[in-house]
Amino acid sequence: MKTYLAQRLGIAALTLFGMSLVIFVLLRLAPGDIVDILFSTGGYVNPSERVAIEKELGLDKPLWAQYVEWMRNMATGDLGKSYRYDLPAWEIIRPLLPVTIELATLSMIVAVLLGVPTGVISAVRQDSTLDYVLRVVSLAGLSMPSFWLGMVIILALVAWIGWIPPMTYVPARENLKLHMIQFALPALAVGYRSSALIMRITRSALLEVMREDYIRTARAKGQGERTVIWNHALKNAILPVVTVIGIEFAFLIGGLVVTETVFNLPGIARFLVQAILWRDYPIVQTLVMFIAMVVIISNLAVDMLYGVLDPRVRYGN
Amino acid sequence: MVVVALPAPRSDRGWPETLLRFCRKKPLGAAGGFIMLVIVFTAIFANVLQTHDPIATNAAATLAPPSAAHWLGTDHLGRDIYSRILHGARVSLLVGLGSTLVASLLGGIIGLLSGYVGGKTDLVVQRFMDILQGLPLLVLALVMAAALGPSIPNVILAISIPIMPRAARVIRSSVLSIREFQYVEAARSLGLTHLRIAFRHILPNTVGPFIVLGTAQLGSAILTEAALSFLGLGVPEPYPSWGRMLSVSAAEYAQKAPWLVLFPGIAISLAVFGSNLLGDALRDTLDPRLRGA
Repeated sequence: MKTYLAQRLGIAALTLFGMSLVIFVLLRLAPGDIVDILFSTGGYVNPSERVAIEKELGLDKPLWAQYVEWMRNMATGDLGKSYRYDLPAWEIIRPLLPVTIELATLSMIVAVLLGVPTGVISAVRQDSTLDYVLRVVSLAGLSMPSFWLGMVIILALVAWIGWIPPMTYVPARENLKLHMIQFALPALAVGYRSSALIMRITRSALLEVMREDYIRTARAKGQGERTVIWNHALKNAILPVVTVIGIEFAFLIGGLVVTETVFNLPGIARFLVQAILWRDYPIVQTLVMFIAMVVIISNLAVDMLYGVLDPRVRYGN
Repeated sequence: MVVVALPAPRSDRGWPETLLRFCRKKPLGAAGGFIMLVIVFTAIFANVLQTHDPIATNAAATLAPPSAAHWLGTDHLGRDIYSRILHGARVSLLVGLGSTLVASLLGGIIGLLSGYVGGKTDLVVQRFMDILQGLPLLVLALVMAAALGPSIPNVILAISIPIMPRAARVIRSSVLSIREFQYVEAARSLGLTHLRIAFRHILPNTVGPFIVLGTAQLGSAILTEAALSFLGLGVPEPYPSWGRMLSVSAAEYAQKAPWLVLFPGIAISLAVFGSNLLGDALRDTLDPRLRGA
């Protein structure tokens, strides 16, 4: 177990290192930097000002030196300074984190509450009309852009009850009810999409387990169908479901990028887009590394959870 | 996930009969195929089917609701939504198919060589694929699209690179098992070169997983293009793209003109829905072992 964990952590560190290189090079490939943007929009014209700004931001140094400096700063916990806001990157990102974490958690709750039961029903009633309907509905969830679904929900609310959701962020401390409504809509839109994946995997995993001998034994013992499905079968079918939930949780951030923009929620996903457009390297680098870390940690957490959920799974020797 | 394409049983049936059988056994898949055919048709004949020039602005008819003159209404510049959606099919299909194709080809070659050569090369390649898969598709595509600049070939590249590792993984695991087959050993004992064995004798047997993978990725490629264009990092003006039609301007006028939001979104959803239905059915037919994956 310990050697397995050490091995996994080693690979994780290697992946993060590779990621830092990839992202660093990609950002420097991008045409134009923050100085160009400042010059075209900020009214700067003097070439000497340009040199001064580049020097101040460290953009005049060779690429490898910029990379080494970034790595050295990260090692000491210094994430750099935002070019655009002239503030430490961490200070800007910290208040954005709770918004994204809250939205991701709510979306995941919606996805699990929607996905697991429909998956079970669909498997139990395999090839019935209900099964077909549920499968088509869930496939539709995979096919609609979640940001579009969010827009349509808002439009429908406006048309039916004439209510326009608040377009600026309402913190929970100010107005809890409004805050929850504000988060419920995007969580529903994003959660519906993820629920489709969970539903499909629940259905196929359960169908597989239902064919096993011990299910027949349970039925032969005279157990009620409900107990057989929810207690006996689902317990073994849940493993692949947990994997999908873990992977989805990490990848939810991708879906949030556009959804946060549509709903005007000040989370890290929306901010990432703005930082990319502004060529604000320190912010983009920090956010991307953060997202990569979330992905790696949730993958690891899922694998560790396997051992807890299924005693047959053992790591190492 | 180990995927092996078994040699397809030789059938004496002609293709019309095979097609009919597919339609009867997989009605949902056939429906998906039909949707995709319609979209391909509109993309090809967009110039014939259009009622207006898709990029011509008309100050006299801005934000007009759906009517006989403008079937699906007009946008804030008076451009005809129906004609723009027809032409948007071209962009969506071009980017969707293009990036799926590039990703499958690149990933296929990498997976084939990595699986065939094995050893340290395989290890290094797999670690590199780990890195590319360490970010959500849209996040990596976003950074790549910003780095490359807005143009159609760049958008295709920005979407295909993040998808590529999935293709590489599937083809690699398929190659790993095919490599052990006796006919490969026979080819080797005949003294064929490695390159010839890999491309002539192993590659054709990965066609099944290849097709399955391609249709499965088409949907996410179209969705990613829509999201990139929505954020202004995708297909540039003047090409009408479904994603950009939903963009800021549409969001601004959404309450005055809901058709700006509804129709392009329906177009995206239909295209992705069609390719998902078709992909599922093809997977069940060509690769029963991947069922539900």
